[in-house]
Amino acid sequence: MSPHHDENPAGAHLPLEPLPGHASRGRLERVLRRGEFAVTTELNPPDSADPEDVYERAAVFDGWVDGINAVDASGANCHMSSVGICALLTRMGYAPIYQISCRDRNRIAIQGDVLGAAAMGVQNVLCLTGDGVQAGDQPGAKPVFDLDCMSLMETIRTMRDQGRFLSGRKLTTPPAMFMGAAINPFAPPYDFRPLRLAKKIAAGAQFVQSQYCFDVPMFRDYMTRVRDLGLHEQCFIMCGVGPLTSARTARWMRANVPGVHIPDAVIARLEGAADQKREGKRLCIDIIDEVKEIAGVAGIHVMAYRQEEYVAEIVHDSGVLKGRRPWRPEPRADDALVAGRLDHILHDNRVETPQQILTEAQAAPHPATT
Amino acid sequence: MSDQTHRAMIPAAGQGRAPQAKAPRPGGPAQVARPGRGYAVRLWSVRHARALEWFYRRFARTVLLLHPLWSALGYGRVEKPMRFVERRVKGFMFDCRMCGQCVLSSTGMSCPMNCPKQLRNGPCGGVRANGHCEVRPDMPCVWVKAWEGSRRMVQGDAILTVQKPVDRTLAGTSSWLRVTAQAAAERDHRKDAA
Repeated sequence: MSPHHDENPAGAHLPLEPLPGHASRGRLERVLRRGEFAVTTELNPPDSADPEDVYERAAVFDGWVDGINAVDASGANCHMSSVGICALLTRMGYAPIYQISCRDRNRIAIQGDVLGAAAMGVQNVLCLTGDGVQAGDQPGAKPVFDLDCMSLMETIRTMRDQGRFLSGRKLTTPPAMFMGAAINPFAPPYDFRPLRLAKKIAAGAQFVQSQYCFDVPMFRDYMTRVRDLGLHEQCFIMCGVGPLTSARTARWMRANVPGVHIPDAVIARLEGAADQKREGKRLCIDIIDEVKEIAGVAGIHVMAYRQEEYVAEIVHDSGVLKGRRPWRPEPRADDALVAGRLDHILHDNRVETPQQILTEAQAAPHPATT
Repeated sequence: MSDQTHRAMIPAAGQGRAPQAKAPRPGGPAQVARPGRGYAVRLWSVRHARALEWFYRRFARTVLLLHPLWSALGYGRVEKPMRFVERRVKGFMFDCRMCGQCVLSSTGMSCPMNCPKQLRNGPCGGVRANGHCEVRPDMPCVWVKAWEGSRRMVQGDAILTVQKPVDRTLAGTSSWLRVTAQAAAERDHRKDAA
């Protein structure tokens, strides 16, 4: 058990004790505010109504990450909803990051969902604009985009800090959320990107996760400008990383996933390798090694789409945790007691009803009375 | 029968398809091209953002000077002709969508309502490396242009202020008149306070 266990003693599924200066009662905010290098990841949402699918997919991250992003129909592809995934994960004590995209819901739906998520114990929220519907499996859908990521953030901040809906109507209990946003330093207009981060901070962002970083020099330049503006002191910046499976996947991602920038050198390196998958993992670890040294980077966000089982390996091999063990679901003392006796409880022929006890007592030979 | 309808409504792309099957669909419903001309006039306006800013400042002042006239006629009655003019002029110059709460001065004279996501606070993360839109590959990103335009303007740093969500009830109304009425009300309020 680490010195900071970050678990409510009354149950892992309950929010933590509130701490001064903290917006939420969640684990991710505590880890970041303690100055520890945080690791978050993304859960590949199932196309299924079975909760076990979510738990199975979350279990591969146990003990390696501080937060799990529950994506909101990323790439405009239909999957289990982010609020549903969050609700399942909080039941088990995980720290999900609830992604909200503006593509599918208007301000009425979003504000209601924020309250619902907070009531189910969600402590972290990530505000996104969302990919256009053309990118996904249902290009005929109506894009909503009622709010944009910035006004969405302001809306949630108003709810949290002023206890009001956007309309001004009062909330009886405001949602205590640690608020995040996304950044993409790798898309034009490059000059504007650091200022856009400043805008996001002004709108309420407390942490940001970046798009996939495959171009470290570009990210370094971005971070230099961010530090010049002093933004790294106002917000926790997490760099997005991830393994590429092959040069072909890399090319496909570059062409088809909006906002992903992959330099030719990266593709050439993958192509030159005998085992491209292994090289992709190696490349990811190399990038982590570089970005973790950049001043102002507070953590990494590992996106290993369909390679989730490698997250643990990547985090371990890059050594970013420096021996720290993030929270993992562990049986509590009473659970352990039950587990220890489970065999006994299940397999011993125990008498169940008073009638059975009586029959048994009558049948048993009387103890000697001498 | 119902089975057929059902099948027809689901896009052909299935779950286990190969990645390359997901190539962009140029003729897809989400990419319906905007009718008519290209983006030439809109881009011209952005290139001349500084001149337009200068012009608009004077124009707004003039319209404000005419406030007594508007209130004598009644703002409600002026609304219709003003809306007509505004729609034509701004529609031609900026491809205006008549959201009714114009922010052109804060967005480098590039109308943010032309963004397929109607973003009012800056570009999304999907901008292509050539500066074009993620949703409409033929269109230069509205926000890339807005940033360029804002660099040409005197008060271009207005692009850094966080804009409120769009009030959809104002769609189709005259933004010029609203701004004028508000400025006049503010002026009167200040006069009262003094």
